[in-house]
Amino acid sequence: MLYSKEVMDHFTNPRNVGKLEDADGVGEVGNAKCGDIMKIYIKVDNEIISDVKFNTFGCASAIATSSMATEMIKGKPIEEALKLTNKAVVEALNGLPPAKIHCSVLAEEAVKAAVANYYSKNSIEYDKELFGCDGCCGSCKIAGE
Amino acid sequence: MKLIYVDNAATTAMSGAVIGAMEKSMREDYGNPSSLHSMGQRSAERVRAARETIAKRLGCRSNEIYFTSGGTEADNWAIRSCAKNGEKRGKRHIISTKFEHHAVLHTLQALEKEGFEVTYIDVNENGIVKVGDVEKAIRGDTAFVTIMYANNEIGTIQPIAEIGRLCRENGVVFHTDAVQAVGHIDINVEKENIDMLSFSSHKFHGPKGIGGLYCRKGIILNNMIFGGAQERNKRAGTENVPQIIGTAAALDEACSGLEKNAAYVTALRDRLIDSILSSVPRSRLNGDRENRLPGNISFCFEGIEGESLLLMLDLKGICASSGSACTSGSLDPSHVLLALGLPHEIAHGSLRISLSENNTSQEVDFIAEILPQIVSKLREMSPVWEKIQIGEKEVNTYAIQ
Ligand SMILES: Cc1ncc(COP(=O)(O)O)c(C=O)c1O
Repeated sequence: MLYSKEVMDHFTNPRNVGKLEDADGVGEVGNAKCGDIMKIYIKVDNEIISDVKFNTFGCASAIATSSMATEMIKGKPIEEALKLTNKAVVEALNGLPPAKIHCSVLAEEAVKAAVANYYSKNSIEYDKELFGCDGCCGSCKIAGE
Repeated sequence: MKLIYVDNAATTAMSGAVIGAMEKSMREDYGNPSSLHSMGQRSAERVRAARETIAKRLGCRSNEIYFTSGGTEADNWAIRSCAKNGEKRGKRHIISTKFEHHAVLHTLQALEKEGFEVTYIDVNENGIVKVGDVEKAIRGDTAFVTIMYANNEIGTIQPIAEIGRLCRENGVVFHTDAVQAVGHIDINVEKENIDMLSFSSHKFHGPKGIGGLYCRKGIILNNMIFGGAQERNKRAGTENVPQIIGTAAALDEACSGLEKNAAYVTALRDRLIDSILSSVPRSRLNGDRENRLPGNISFCFEGIEGESLLLMLDLKGICASSGSACTSGSLDPSHVLLALGLPHEIAHGSLRISLSENNTSQEVDFIAEILPQIVSKLREMSPVWEKIQIGEKEVNTYAIQ
């Protein structure tokens, strides 16, 4: 399997790795059984994501998509972060192998989960339809032989 | 950057002597072994001599060796033939294990779709089949047993001679996929009661795309490919003479140096295992510590995923392999590691290092230095590792390394 230069760059040099002890929102998606877990921490100031960090367990593309997704929402208004799609992450990484697309879906969901957590913590009403994982990415389905 | 090749279970570097023998054969032996003129007969004679060399090394007669395109074809051929011949006698039951190579497993699955019943024996947590379990599985309608000689991922060596004796006593045909073992451990098909055995040249410093099947005289082997009279009418097509010559040269070289190489590689292996297990917390060796191929090391590191580990090692010039889902192309980690009873989350963090006599102690020391650093780096960013540590802190009063 071949990864793009961009994926390798974000994998070997991941941006925003770490935790935020005083995070305003934390989102964790995936499960270890399937081999990927992403945890994103956000700090919010005036509805702007002023800081973001991530921790990821997973393959190179899981690490690279987490890194890219955090770069894409850093300093952005929450509204805009919520518009982040997995497709945009894939494009920014100059493509992912087909078997790895689910990593980008996880990244999108991790961002949304962090925002949802921020909203709940602050009792901000939000449309639950826009969030939450319905298991559609397939990453949690253990594929049979 | 200097590359360190430690993926010898996947394939090996060709030996210089083998390349030399093949080049000579490519130049000289272009006559078709089926041709009656002197050129053709010279090629035929060289194929005959090669077959004899191989037979001697395996402890059989040369008319019991059939060349194939490799291990996969030999496995497919042996299993399909045994199944069809069993069926003719009303026997539609097959015994195998859960941790066979896919060349065997997928062939068996295809036979299951055709109505055969397969018992997949469990292996113990050390990756070794219990002979008693094979005995219990044998029934009146068992057509044959197929159990690998040594596992390709975890390197464990199976009690082949005992399983062979058991099968012989019960009148059941016994096939073994010995692709990982031939040229690395001493094998004698006669003494070990093996009826059929698959081997592949590229696993012992020979060329890729060739291997063979040993089939004991008296065991019916169905035709694989129809056409000319090659391979005693069973696998038609003009022989791949240079590759056959290369196979014989490679096996001869591997077996001549077997004891010396095994001692050397085993020492490297044990040094690396000891070093990693002592320097990396929450690491484990998969498969029996002693009863494994000289060059095989299989680790699991908790809290990280194998593909990331593999690619990070590659960036340092270390070429290894992993049984993680991401490297297998499916979402499941290796069936071999799951067969050992490892949970998915641990099996995802696997790494296979397979050494050969071409590796040096400096290379092993370099791996021993780099690998723990990479594991730490990945663990630092892993939420799973974070949880493991929190969990441990609750249980233990002392912090782990
Ligand atoms: C145990 C085992 N069986 C079969 C094979 C297939 O052999 P080949 O690559 O020659 O088809 C391999 C190696 O890939 C193997 O390790």
